[in-house]
Amino acid sequence: MKFGVALSSALEALRANPLRSFLTMLGIMIGVASVMAMMAVSKGAAERVDQQISSLGASNLTVRPGSSRRGGRSGGANSSPPFTDKDLESLRNEPYANAVAARNGGSVTLVSGEENWSSQAYGTNTDYFISQAWGVSSGEIFSEKDVRSGAAVAVVGKTIADTLFEGTNPIGQSLRANNVPLKIIGILEEKGQSSFGSDRDDLIIIPISTARNRVLGANRTTPRHVERIELSVADGYDMAETQTLLEDRIREIRRIKPGADDNFRVYNVADFIRARSSTQATLGILLAFTAAISLIVGGVGVMNIMLVSVTERTREIGLRMAVGARKSDILGQFLIEAIALCLIGGLIGSALGVGAAHLASNLGGFPVTISPQIAIIAIGAAGLIGIFFGYFPARSAAQLNPIDALRSE
Amino acid sequence: MSEQIKINSETLIKCVGLSKTYQMGEQQVHALRSVDLEIKRGEMTAIMGPSGSGKSTLMNLLGALDVPSSGELYFSGQNVSTLSDDDLAGLRNETIGFVFQQFNLLSRSNALVNVKLPLKYSRHIDFDINERAVECLKLVGLGDRMDHKPMQLSGGQQQRVAIARALACKPSLILADEPTGALDTKTSEEIMDLLVELNNQGITVILVTHEQEVADYAQRQIHFRDGQIERDERKAL
Repeated sequence: MKFGVALSSALEALRANPLRSFLTMLGIMIGVASVMAMMAVSKGAAERVDQQISSLGASNLTVRPGSSRRGGRSGGANSSPPFTDKDLESLRNEPYANAVAARNGGSVTLVSGEENWSSQAYGTNTDYFISQAWGVSSGEIFSEKDVRSGAAVAVVGKTIADTLFEGTNPIGQSLRANNVPLKIIGILEEKGQSSFGSDRDDLIIIPISTARNRVLGANRTTPRHVERIELSVADGYDMAETQTLLEDRIREIRRIKPGADDNFRVYNVADFIRARSSTQATLGILLAFTAAISLIVGGVGVMNIMLVSVTERTREIGLRMAVGARKSDILGQFLIEAIALCLIGGLIGSALGVGAAHLASNLGGFPVTISPQIAIIAIGAAGLIGIFFGYFPARSAAQLNPIDALRSE
Repeated sequence: MSEQIKINSETLIKCVGLSKTYQMGEQQVHALRSVDLEIKRGEMTAIMGPSGSGKSTLMNLLGALDVPSSGELYFSGQNVSTLSDDDLAGLRNETIGFVFQQFNLLSRSNALVNVKLPLKYSRHIDFDINERAVECLKLVGLGDRMDHKPMQLSGGQQQRVAIARALACKPSLILADEPTGALDTKTSEEIMDLLVELNNQGITVILVTHEQEVADYAQRQIHFRDGQIERDERKAL
């Protein structure tokens, strides 16, 4: 085959019939555009999930007391005895524990001057900031010494800084949390909305001892209680294996007899989010699959028009053969014509797809990720469809007998 | 690939027992029955006969568009019957120029592009394609119409473009199938004069026609009937 002749003949034929060429491309354009848009949206969703997981601490295991059972009656979630500072210390010696954070939570009424605000308070140790990979945007976090002494200090979220201290620098100022005066020493880095839609910047973090002794209150039966442990797993440890090790260790700590039920639960936050987002991902794949079907339908359209074109141009094919075109030249010409239709359609379609994805992101608020790989895959798929659906018409052109072709009307 | 036979160097085409049989449903049609024919280089030959006499079949075989059912056809000593499709295409491209009754030009392309078409398919070109196409168009008197599309040209001019296209690859044979069939008398004369002129320059010309006036331009007239040569006459020079 002489590629140059085949290419120029093919492009010439496409130019000769611009409306038909455009309509033929339309199917491919729409197919590629929708594949692009769907993949951009589903990739965007996947990336947001990854982001959420890492902001929650991708390598964290959360431990909470489970339900207690007494005489067949379930006490409900968190009805088992809480953990204590001592449990925390035991876990800190485990090799897989990078940080062992404690967290007691509760609602607080915050008052500053004339302003008041209902919010959440977390009583934590300093490891909490490590396990959540969370820091302050200004000021500082409290120290381990503050935690031991029960210092009246607080690190506040951005929402609180904005609502209670509008326009002024809150650091150094004080606020009252459930009537306990606290000095603000830092403002937390902004985290935005959680995947559930709640504002993660609407909270204050205080030393756990301060929370227990003054702001949130102590547990009646368990001194120095801890409601929730966030264990950050060290690098190189498998999450699932570590979860099992941790469960065994906690059974020891809580002296659970072999065969007895656990009175605590270990959660893997990342797993939880992934499970929830897998429905989204499945939907995305389904949509992309539907789009791929429209691409195939577009390919059938190309094949149809190519067959018509071969029939219409039978005489031209005969002439080309008479003046020395080989079968491979004719095959190449029509194959390239089909591929060119699909590739041009694919290029326009991917531009439309990028546009559609941006539109979805601006109007619908979907996170979208447009990567060059997706464009290359979509255009490449269009090209393959051109080869696949163009081959049969091109072959039927190449198989024509020159005498019959020349004689056709 | 090519069987060589001992052949007079003056002979361009030699047919030995050339036969072509078509299957038409149940029936076998013997379009050519054992034709022996020799055409010398530089000859201008008219092939005549009523429809169904086998002249079109012979034309297809001489044009390497078809292969015989039996018998041999030698082109410059090369046995065409044994050639592959690609080799036949190469033979058509390099040694044969076709001129058709209906011109068969590419309607979307201008004269120059039409003339360049065979050159683009050629594998053995040692000259500039564009220059050669321009040269051929000038030769047929259309040097000033190169960018005209077939629609913008008269019938005679279109046939001239077709002749220029036939000349492009420097063929040794021009096969003209009813070259004046779609033209008026005056234009027909011009076209025939052009073919005679090309013949005078050494190109072998074979005409297929049923018009005696056209055939009279040729030195040799071969009459076909029922797939066989009825008469083979040479004009006395």
